Amino acid sequence: MEAGMVTPAPALVRFSGIQKTYDGEHLVVKNLDLDIRKGEFITLLGPSGSGKTTTLMMLAGFEVPTHGEIYLADRPIKNMPPHKRDIGMVFQNYALFPHLTIAENIAFPLSVRKINKAEAQERVRAALRMIKMDTLAHRRPGQLSGGQQQRVALARALVFNPQLVLMDEPLGALDKRLREQMQLEIKQLHETMGITVVYVTHDQSEALTMSDRIAVFNDGIVQQIDTPDALYEHPVNSFVAHFIGENNVLTGTVETVEKEYCRVVLPDGGAVTARAVNVSGAGASTSLSVRPERISIILDGTSSDGPNRLPARVQNTIYLGDHALAVLDVAGNGEFIVKLQPDAHGSLRHGESVFITFQPEDCLALDPV
Amino acid sequence: MTAAFLTGADAQIEVPLKRRLRRAERARQLKALALVLPLLLFLLFTFAGPIAGMLWRSVDDREVRQVLPQTVVALADWDGKDLPDEKAYAALASDILAARASGTMAIAAKRLNYALNGFRTILTSTARNLKAAPEPGTAKETLGKINPAWRERTTWTTIKDASGPVTGFYLLAALDLTRNADGAIVAAAPDQAIYRNVFTRTFIISLSVTVLCLILGFPVAYLLATLPPGRSNLLMIFVLLPFWTSLLVRTCAWIVLLQSRGVVNDSLHWLGIIDEPLRLIYNRFGVCVAMTHVLLPFMILPLYSSMKAISPAYMRAAASLGAPPLAAFLRIYLPQTLPGIGAGSLLVFILALGYYITPALVGGAADQMISYFIALYTTETANWGLASALGAVLLLLTLLLALVYGKLVQGQQVTGGMKN
Repeated sequence: MEAGMVTPAPALVRFSGIQKTYDGEHLVVKNLDLDIRKGEFITLLGPSGSGKTTTLMMLAGFEVPTHGEIYLADRPIKNMPPHKRDIGMVFQNYALFPHLTIAENIAFPLSVRKINKAEAQERVRAALRMIKMDTLAHRRPGQLSGGQQQRVALARALVFNPQLVLMDEPLGALDKRLREQMQLEIKQLHETMGITVVYVTHDQSEALTMSDRIAVFNDGIVQQIDTPDALYEHPVNSFVAHFIGENNVLTGTVETVEKEYCRVVLPDGGAVTARAVNVSGAGASTSLSVRPERISIILDGTSSDGPNRLPARVQNTIYLGDHALAVLDVAGNGEFIVKLQPDAHGSLRHGESVFITFQPEDCLALDPV
Repeated sequence: MTAAFLTGADAQIEVPLKRRLRRAERARQLKALALVLPLLLFLLFTFAGPIAGMLWRSVDDREVRQVLPQTVVALADWDGKDLPDEKAYAALASDILAARASGTMAIAAKRLNYALNGFRTILTSTARNLKAAPEPGTAKETLGKINPAWRERTTWTTIKDASGPVTGFYLLAALDLTRNADGAIVAAAPDQAIYRNVFTRTFIISLSVTVLCLILGFPVAYLLATLPPGRSNLLMIFVLLPFWTSLLVRTCAWIVLLQSRGVVNDSLHWLGIIDEPLRLIYNRFGVCVAMTHVLLPFMILPLYSSMKAISPAYMRAAASLGAPPLAAFLRIYLPQTLPGIGAGSLLVFILALGYYITPALVGGAADQMISYFIALYTTETANWGLASALGAVLLLLTLLLALVYGKLVQGQQVTGGMKN
């Protein structure tokens, strides 16, 4: 899946054959191999319990891998204590020290490194300017809002110029508007400072917004590592297709496979042509994935039949301002969603029979769910 | 902000609104009051009342005034420089006769004897030998003949000092001070000056016990706060176990363990570490060991609750920012436990100040704390005045400590900057 990358930058972090178990029976991380390049913003994305946070904690040094080795700038760090790793970390609930002021919090990593006072002060001042909080230097964390605390936590993790910055769902506790603003701010910091960021989240839109690359975790395994658009357009399996973006699923059986495409028969007898991404061959069952915005509705059935043309029944329409959704019943899937122009939803009536059509390259035949 | 807005823009409706608010709040306040009323009354009768009584008894001085009323009146305008005049002698003779008749002489004798050793003998011998009221004008001579002490100025100043109705005598005595014949405050005679020593000892023992509790309790509290819930609950039961047995039983158990042929000495002897039994009890060591054991939970529980509130993320954050474990502990963890350390130490220290049973059972004569003397004066010698004065001084010192702690905690909260 990474063969397409022509000139990969040197790896700053290399996970090699990492396994992790807490109870000795069940592997939380199963055989992880992952390279993180210098200067990139990589997101570990996955549902809770998928192993992404454990992976981050192993990198930070708070968990020890059961098997395998982690290299940071080509040095094995499996047995290196966290305080020697030179990795900055931003925690989910900020973890700002409540008994220290904002300035003291930011100065903490400098003072434990015995950096002289004058320089430390200058760097703290610069960090405060960077997060636009110069005037709040002598407040306590408890007197700040969530967003402000988050900025301080960021400044504290960056002020000692670590070779790597880890962020563990740092925006989870903020409301939606602030979260979106902070996403852009973090992205901007990453670009201006050229830092390497490993970011953990379970929010796929956050991952899409910020990342250079996303590693999708599930069940202790990295399902796919790719750029956001590649993940969206070319998911390698059903899990990734479901997890990233909206997605319609139709189950069927592969009839024939022909080069990149295959013909799939649906339970109700209809047939479609789909890109064969992850099918084992003719006769295998498969789940088809079609994005809602790649589907057209044919209202009266008069237009010429497209390559994939399926009968559907309108269940419901939802108006959302900038667009509208039609919920259809297609081949036994009663929650088949089609994205429409906002003015189009008025022309659909409940219970009306229509046809839908989509291009074969927009329909992916993936492993059965 | 709202208030400023109201006064600025709509001053004329502010008053009725405030009144309405008060009215609305009143019912709630009454209900709250009704809920705490039983406890309030209980405390008033069992706590505030006795304390007020004790404070009053420490300055109350009406015994002499009751028994020798005429003498007290006669001495009222005596300047205390020379012997009092004939009038006072006559009044005393008449008072002594009256007291002998009513049998109240012992009350005054006891009180005056506190101030001047031997006064009891002076009064009783005078009462015995004074057959009848002396002829007018001869009272001074008669009394002086019966007991030459009546020719001493000190005898009379003692009566004047004790004529009440209030006195600083007991409070001064509790601080090893007294008034001399001229009314100036001076140090008490060395054989009576023991209380400062006892207070110092009480504070040293309490402080030692507090420090021991902190040293022993801190790691346990840390373990309690960091262990997984199942095991920490088990450990908590062990911490609370001592509360299930009486204080007396626990103290006696230490006697069994520490006495010269006790478990500890026998074991050490059997192991060949000692030849002669160590003196582990009826001394300061025994007192500190037993009191530390009894008071340990009072240190562990506040420490535990303050540690429980410290998220493990803080230590992780400190490590990720480059702090080695010891630096992270000293700079991040320890400062956050300070409120718990303060609360636990204050609790243990104040409880230790008032300890009575444990030092009485496992301490030697030189390890008795102030409570022992308070108990002694109330139960053995019935010197309520001095017992109350000692209690009042102890109360004052404790209040002072609590005040200092309050200031410290307030400062901590400001530096802690916690919201709400």
